[in-house]
Amino acid sequence: MSRPWILWLAALAPLCAQNIVIQNATIMTVTKGTLQGSVAIKDGKIAEIGEKVMMPFHATVIDAGGQYVIPGIIDCHSHIAVDGNINEATVAVSSMVDIKDVINPEDIAIYRALAGGVTTANILHGSANPIGGRTIVLKMRWGKDAEGLIFEGAVPGIKFALGENPKRPGNPPLLRGFTPAFPARYPATRMGVEDTIREAFNQAKAYKAEWDEYAAKVARGESPIPPRRDLKLEALKEVLEGRRYVHAHCYEADEILMLLRVADDYGFKVRTLQHVLEGYKVAPQIAASGAGASTFSDWWAYKFEAYDAIAYNAALMHKAGIVVSLNSDDAELMRHLNTEAAKAMKYGGLSEDEALAMVTINPAKQLGIDNRVGSIEPGKDGDLVIYDKNPLSDYAKVQKVFIDGRLYFDRDSDIAGRPAKALEKQKLIDKEKQSQPKPAAGRRPVE
Amino acid sequence: MRKLLPALLLVCACAFAENPRTLAIRNAKVVTVSGPVLAKATVVVRDGLIEAVGEAAPIPAGAWIIDGEGMTVYPGLIDSLSTVGIPSLAAPPAGRGGRAPTTVAPPPTPAPGPATTPAPTPPVRGPEDRPATTSWLLAADEIDPSDHRIESVRSAGFTTTVTFPARGIFGGQGSILDLAAVEHPGDMVVVPAVGLYIAVSRPGAGFGSTAGFPGALMGYIAYIRQVYLDAEHYKLVREAYARSPRGMERPPYDRALEGVLASKRVLLPANRLVEMDRMLRFAAELKQPAILYGMREAYRPEAAPLLKKYGAPVLVSLHWSEPPRDPDPEAYRTMRSLEDIDQGPAAPALLRKAGVPFAFYSDGLDQPRELQRAVKKAIDAGLARQDAIRALTLSPAEFYGVADRLGSIEAGKIANLVVTKGELFDDHTEIQMIFVDGKQYKPAPEPPPGAGHGAAEEPGVSQ
Repeated sequence: MSRPWILWLAALAPLCAQNIVIQNATIMTVTKGTLQGSVAIKDGKIAEIGEKVMMPFHATVIDAGGQYVIPGIIDCHSHIAVDGNINEATVAVSSMVDIKDVINPEDIAIYRALAGGVTTANILHGSANPIGGRTIVLKMRWGKDAEGLIFEGAVPGIKFALGENPKRPGNPPLLRGFTPAFPARYPATRMGVEDTIREAFNQAKAYKAEWDEYAAKVARGESPIPPRRDLKLEALKEVLEGRRYVHAHCYEADEILMLLRVADDYGFKVRTLQHVLEGYKVAPQIAASGAGASTFSDWWAYKFEAYDAIAYNAALMHKAGIVVSLNSDDAELMRHLNTEAAKAMKYGGLSEDEALAMVTINPAKQLGIDNRVGSIEPGKDGDLVIYDKNPLSDYAKVQKVFIDGRLYFDRDSDIAGRPAKALEKQKLIDKEKQSQPKPAAGRRPVE
Repeated sequence: MRKLLPALLLVCACAFAENPRTLAIRNAKVVTVSGPVLAKATVVVRDGLIEAVGEAAPIPAGAWIIDGEGMTVYPGLIDSLSTVGIPSLAAPPAGRGGRAPTTVAPPPTPAPGPATTPAPTPPVRGPEDRPATTSWLLAADEIDPSDHRIESVRSAGFTTTVTFPARGIFGGQGSILDLAAVEHPGDMVVVPAVGLYIAVSRPGAGFGSTAGFPGALMGYIAYIRQVYLDAEHYKLVREAYARSPRGMERPPYDRALEGVLASKRVLLPANRLVEMDRMLRFAAELKQPAILYGMREAYRPEAAPLLKKYGAPVLVSLHWSEPPRDPDPEAYRTMRSLEDIDQGPAAPALLRKAGVPFAFYSDGLDQPRELQRAVKKAIDAGLARQDAIRALTLSPAEFYGVADRLGSIEAGKIANLVVTKGELFDDHTEIQMIFVDGKQYKPAPEPPPGAGHGAAEEPGVSQ
């Protein structure tokens, strides 16, 4: 179909092997310090790290002299690769909807995230509902189908949201000062947000009891009719059973404490607090709850509830013992999370490893995938990024990105392939112009 | 009594003149579709059915004879997804340049009248309110034989449409209609229920609209999934109640679920490759035999193998992507949108080569010229003419399980025929006559260039 593409892929073929050795690099493992040497990937997994490593069979050797290798960046809060609206805003509890159903593996933002060193992202539903939709963790395996992007084995999540966003549909703007622009949806206040969450969990508990009773009957050898499956309550039942992680969008200290209390009352855990710009005010309480915090480096004041924020938030929460990650919530910011991490060194004086951890091993811990990704250790997935300079520098550029030991982004090939692609596109534009009927001049008959 | 007899004779003569019970088209080239092309053959039609076809088919005594010298006889064309027959679902006049929005027409705007307060509709709270669901409806129950599009598409050689109440999410079941000019709508119906039309978008829905749940694509999918889960449970409970109602709480009646359970297949939308993958997986999850419609990106090399893997038949829209009219030269155009335009019409040839069963559907096109040019585009892009004809005759008949009565010229099948001078879909080919249920029609005169949407004329039953 498109020959330049095929040639380009053919040139990449040797690198597609899943046995790779990257030599002469500065390897920032994040969890085991930084060293000069090599990292070997065998069958898609990291096999060895050291000054000298065993060469796996048929390995492709990459000389990364003067360059840096870090584990693939993990974004704990993203909305890319989704078809349609990320908000099912029409209902206050939309836990029946699932991002998994609308993965768009052809969203160019995936490739651009790769070009920024991101290999894994937590794809969240929006924040229009106190209890939002189900979420999923994806690897940025550009070129695979929807199923191929899913981080196999990662615990699925659900989005909760507190504060201004979920109450916005309850406060429609008034047209001409009188008529609401759309019918208001409960809740309209922070009190209503709490009520909505509590009421949903009341229902979920009853639903769970119904199923538990059914299971008990089956266990006794009876054959009852199973209860009706309710997709909305099923997701919350999974939360109660600890089989689905809660990722809660929040800003203010009061609402953070509110959610932690609600979780205690109903016996579930909040896995991560997202944004959590006032987290520094209630860091001890968050630490005690075991929730992680996924925040922005220095982005605030874009709305009322985001005023009382400070750039030291990440460092302060980290020092209070919270697992802290820095996220993007944005397709553009997602492409330079390495510099977001670097800001935590300026604001709060974290070390290189501590800063890098906030975009690698910490989000991995928050998503329960730290046994697979987040650091350069033997046995972990071959998700690596090669930078030309120290990744915590503003001047660093991503050179190559591997996922499962497979090359998914290569800066040189990308640049080399651009003229051919531009030419191919221009050909189509020219062809279309030629096939357009010429505008007839006046009404003169055409000869 | 003496006066009555001549009168009766006259009536018989008229009836005979309009609709001969028996007729034969002889010396014509016959494209049977199910068998070989017959160079010089006779097709005998009796009482609305094909009685015989063949080079030596005997012409019954008393049959009206049409000399088919220089003419070609094809089976009547079938539009595999249409709204013809339900005038309220007619698409707005075919937009020039750019694609038709969808087959779903916007809801009719209420006529301006005396100021009445509209009854406040309670907001949809979730799946339990069954939003935009009329799964119990049958297209057959909504037919209006005065739909002007009936004559328009028949003039293009379409004798049959698979008409769906294409509205909302679960619109209802489609019906196979023969496009005859009839007094009673029921006379058009070949099969009343052939499958459920499902859409994953609605005009004007989403955040800030009054339409309520669902608003996002994932909401639609979740809703459809919940409906099928509910239907399964509903069936279980009702069956248990039917077995022993004593001491069991009476299960409620739910027409939405009845409609879903009554359907033997679903039609799901899929234009992009990503949507094909999504919908094929979804149909497998729902355990529903599915037909996908749309297929804008079916030209992509990954599409045919994917479709083949699942074995689902597909309906290819004849509304090909077109370059924008008077485009902004500065506007950024994606490679994909350029490829859609350049390669879209090549999809049928690629599907054919890969062995993916496909049929065409009109997707809002209803003018004979438009339809003919659209098919010709696929032929010009490499589809063999006989394959194009099959995709408009026997293939859709097979998909909907009516290949025993429609889709080819065989003895015993319904006498739906198109008689042309020249090969079907060629630029200069004239359709001479169309037979629906054995009744002869002449194509409507072409509207003058520039004339708008289908002139409302009387159905052209030949005299």
